[in-house]
Amino acid sequence: MEIQITDQEKAVVVAFEGDIDLESSPKARQALLECVDRKRPVLVDLSGVSYIDSSGVASLVESFQAARKGSQPFALAAVSEATLRVLQLARLDKVFTTYETVADGLDQAV
Amino acid sequence: MRECHPAGAGNPAEGEPLLHMRVPALAGGLKDIRDAVRKAVLGCGCSDAVTGDIVIAVDEACQNIVRHAYAGEPGGEFIVEIRRDGDSMVVLLRDFARVVDPNSIRPRKLDDLRPGGLGTHFMREIMDDVDYQEAPGTRGNLLRMVKRIA
Repeated sequence: MEIQITDQEKAVVVAFEGDIDLESSPKARQALLECVDRKRPVLVDLSGVSYIDSSGVASLVESFQAARKGSQPFALAAVSEATLRVLQLARLDKVFTTYETVADGLDQAV
Repeated sequence: MRECHPAGAGNPAEGEPLLHMRVPALAGGLKDIRDAVRKAVLGCGCSDAVTGDIVIAVDEACQNIVRHAYAGEPGGEFIVEIRRDGDSMVVLLRDFARVVDPNSIRPRKLDDLRPGGLGTHFMREIMDDVDYQEAPGTRGNLLRMVKRIA
């Protein structure tokens, strides 16, 4: 799994590429929490994620909660059908703010 | 990373074998298992959606073996077996770790928004049956999951 973090004008965008699973989720968790630590809106680009498991979802939940504590916007962008299915199974599909694309998320200032 | 094993994970009479692999209990091996399960289930004519669901359930069950049954114990292995039995896909996972009390493996309530504890919920949500059975021999655990596909 590859991670790219970019500081955009309106938000920190963290983009993942590959599978977020038991092996890679500690790295994903660390990157997400690091982004939240920047005290800016966080937009998670999931367009390159082919698979996410419960440990990956747990990383998203933990980061979302950390952002909420600091009243920072935290949203997901470009959620694939496979990722959406896992969020639905976890009953989290209505919890996260989601955007069709990263550009949409940035337009809405997350 | 994978090898065939003469001893089956469960009852060999249960349907047509689609997949049989013996794998090391390592987080780094889970992608290979997912790929093999996807190929086997798709090859059986299942839809992308059903296949994706079965991959999730098997992956989460394998994670439980890696994280909880072996709990970091080195050298552990387990067997992943998938069989087609009429209109059912039968998944058997056999490990050789310490015996885990099935009552300790419960899905958590989802109304409490917190990380962790979701895997067992996914397995029960996706599969029609999730049953921890007594493994043959003195060590290990046997998990049997069934998904009806018709």
